[in-house]
Amino acid sequence: MIAETILLKARMGNTDSHTLASARAAGAYRASAKTLAAAPEEIVQLVKDSGLRGRGGAGFPTGLKWTFLPKNRDATYLCVNADESEPGTFKDRLILEEDPHLLIEGIVIACRAIRCAHAYLYIRGEFCLPHERIRAAADEAYAAGLLGPNAGGPGQAIDLTIHRGAGAYICGEETALLNSIEGKKGQPRMKPPFPTNVGLFGKPTVINNVETLANLPFIVEKGPDAYRAIGTEKSPGTRLMSVSGHVERPGVYEVAHGVPMRGLIEDLAGGVRGGRKLKALIPGGSSTPVLTAEEAYAVNVDFESVQAAGSMLGSGGCIVMDETTDMVWALDKLAHFYAHESCGQCTPCREGSGWIAEIVRKIATGKGTRADLEKLESLAAQIVGNTICVFSDALAMPVVSHVTKFRAEFEAHLADRASSSSAAP
Amino acid sequence: MTHSMTRWSAARTEEIEALRRRYPTDHALLLPVLWIAQRDFGWISHDVMELVAETCRTSPAHVYSLATFYTMFELEKPIRYHIQVCNNLSCSLCGSEGILAHIEKRLGIRAGEATADGRFRLTAVECLASCGTGPAMQVNDAYYEKLTLEKVDALLEEWMK
Ligand SMILES: Cc1cc2nc3c(=O)[nH]c(=O)nc-3n(C[C@H](O)[C@H](O)[C@H](O)COP(=O)(O)O)c2cc1C
Repeated sequence: MIAETILLKARMGNTDSHTLASARAAGAYRASAKTLAAAPEEIVQLVKDSGLRGRGGAGFPTGLKWTFLPKNRDATYLCVNADESEPGTFKDRLILEEDPHLLIEGIVIACRAIRCAHAYLYIRGEFCLPHERIRAAADEAYAAGLLGPNAGGPGQAIDLTIHRGAGAYICGEETALLNSIEGKKGQPRMKPPFPTNVGLFGKPTVINNVETLANLPFIVEKGPDAYRAIGTEKSPGTRLMSVSGHVERPGVYEVAHGVPMRGLIEDLAGGVRGGRKLKALIPGGSSTPVLTAEEAYAVNVDFESVQAAGSMLGSGGCIVMDETTDMVWALDKLAHFYAHESCGQCTPCREGSGWIAEIVRKIATGKGTRADLEKLESLAAQIVGNTICVFSDALAMPVVSHVTKFRAEFEAHLADRASSSSAAP
Repeated sequence: MTHSMTRWSAARTEEIEALRRRYPTDHALLLPVLWIAQRDFGWISHDVMELVAETCRTSPAHVYSLATFYTMFELEKPIRYHIQVCNNLSCSLCGSEGILAHIEKRLGIRAGEATADGRFRLTAVECLASCGTGPAMQVNDAYYEKLTLEKVDALLEEWMK
């Protein structure tokens, strides 16, 4: 039996856990207060030593990202990525709704570390309650002097501006997010230059995910060693896993990195619904390659184990599919999503995503041919690497993995499938 | 020079000026001001686009490009109840297709359409980050989760009154 390891969820679950009074009574802002006496370089070192890796999808080491900022700079921005739009992922929402002060404390710590006087929090437009909660929390923090003109020490401002998106998955991609804040269409930028050099309003900028920042108070308060005592060597700390689909108890579970995926599904999420068998599992949000049941039960919940199995832990959005699931139908849902969300900037993605969705729909409705299936695979292969951002990879990975691992199901849907002996004349 | 016939209220002007101080460019005010406009005027008409353009010191054409790129801005007179049912994978695994079909039947329209009396519009939308509480839908600003046919019927009954 595995159990949750509670680090980020510690204060959640009470009806008033989102208020400053409640959060403070349970220890909020102790860690950020501690950083006021520390030099920015010390905080960066602490975070580097902790081994914290980004929770937005790529798992990039947070402390290392911060050191990419140029030494001499006149302004630095922090952008908090609260766009949470990767299908299957709903953990940042939990933090925003239930413990927004944990996030604001993390933002204050990050601002101190990278010498940022103004953070922008980009929240997806659909998030009404989370938006209300984070705004109210920011107002409370301003009133208490935890944000504002002296929040980083006498005369050192830390401002937080909450910027609401308006319905576009691509704005979760970090450079699209920057363009969106600047009042442009949310279309990704070419890299290099990287945002740490030329970011928001042309200034050096760090972009971090909500959950990433929410780890900072623990790291500062308890130290990197205590943090590294949880999880694995390459994936320290805990992970908020969003579990959805065919399980008895869907929800956000906080586990130490390295626990078996089987434990997460069976012990915490109550197992596959109705006592059925697992067929497939998407481990890290809809963009990550699907795993077969066998693969899924062999991996652990950490970056390196899921990667060794040919997928990614990504955003921790775990979508569970039982034995009754039609995998062509499942891919149809995803392909439709990517075709809808392509920002339209790069031709291979704009056209390719539409073609892919059309072909999958054709196969799903029994009208596809063998040639269509081949075209699907070749399209997926051709869009990868030929676009400005990795949205095309995010589309190609589910397509390739579904078709490769569940080929028989795709073939069984084809109109020109090899007729079996029992087929009607 | 102003072209728009629509005006901000005094309180709104103050709110916008306070926001302006939070951004180094007027351009960056565009999304926040579009949201304010939608709240105040109900939808983003061409006239409202001109007002937003003046406020953010940009062209109406640019405002138009944003209002159409981002899906949450209403470009037509809003409908009383905009029912948006999540159509993505996790909700579908939990039966959202049945929920959508049921609402279509109850309202006598297909997803993407509005009722003749202009009270309801039904849309199939992408992931709302409610995967753990699916099937889910958003109606105007509120989320409704763990939907069942009975729950949907009770809500529709209430809204049809
Ligand atoms: C298409 C696409 C969508 C993304 N969506 C999100 C998102 O919704 N939230 C998020 O935090 N990161 C998202 N990312 C990852 C960000 O680009 C970026 O890597 C991340 O915010 C960095 O923060 P971290 O280092 O703390 O993980 C997305 C990336 C891509 C390519």
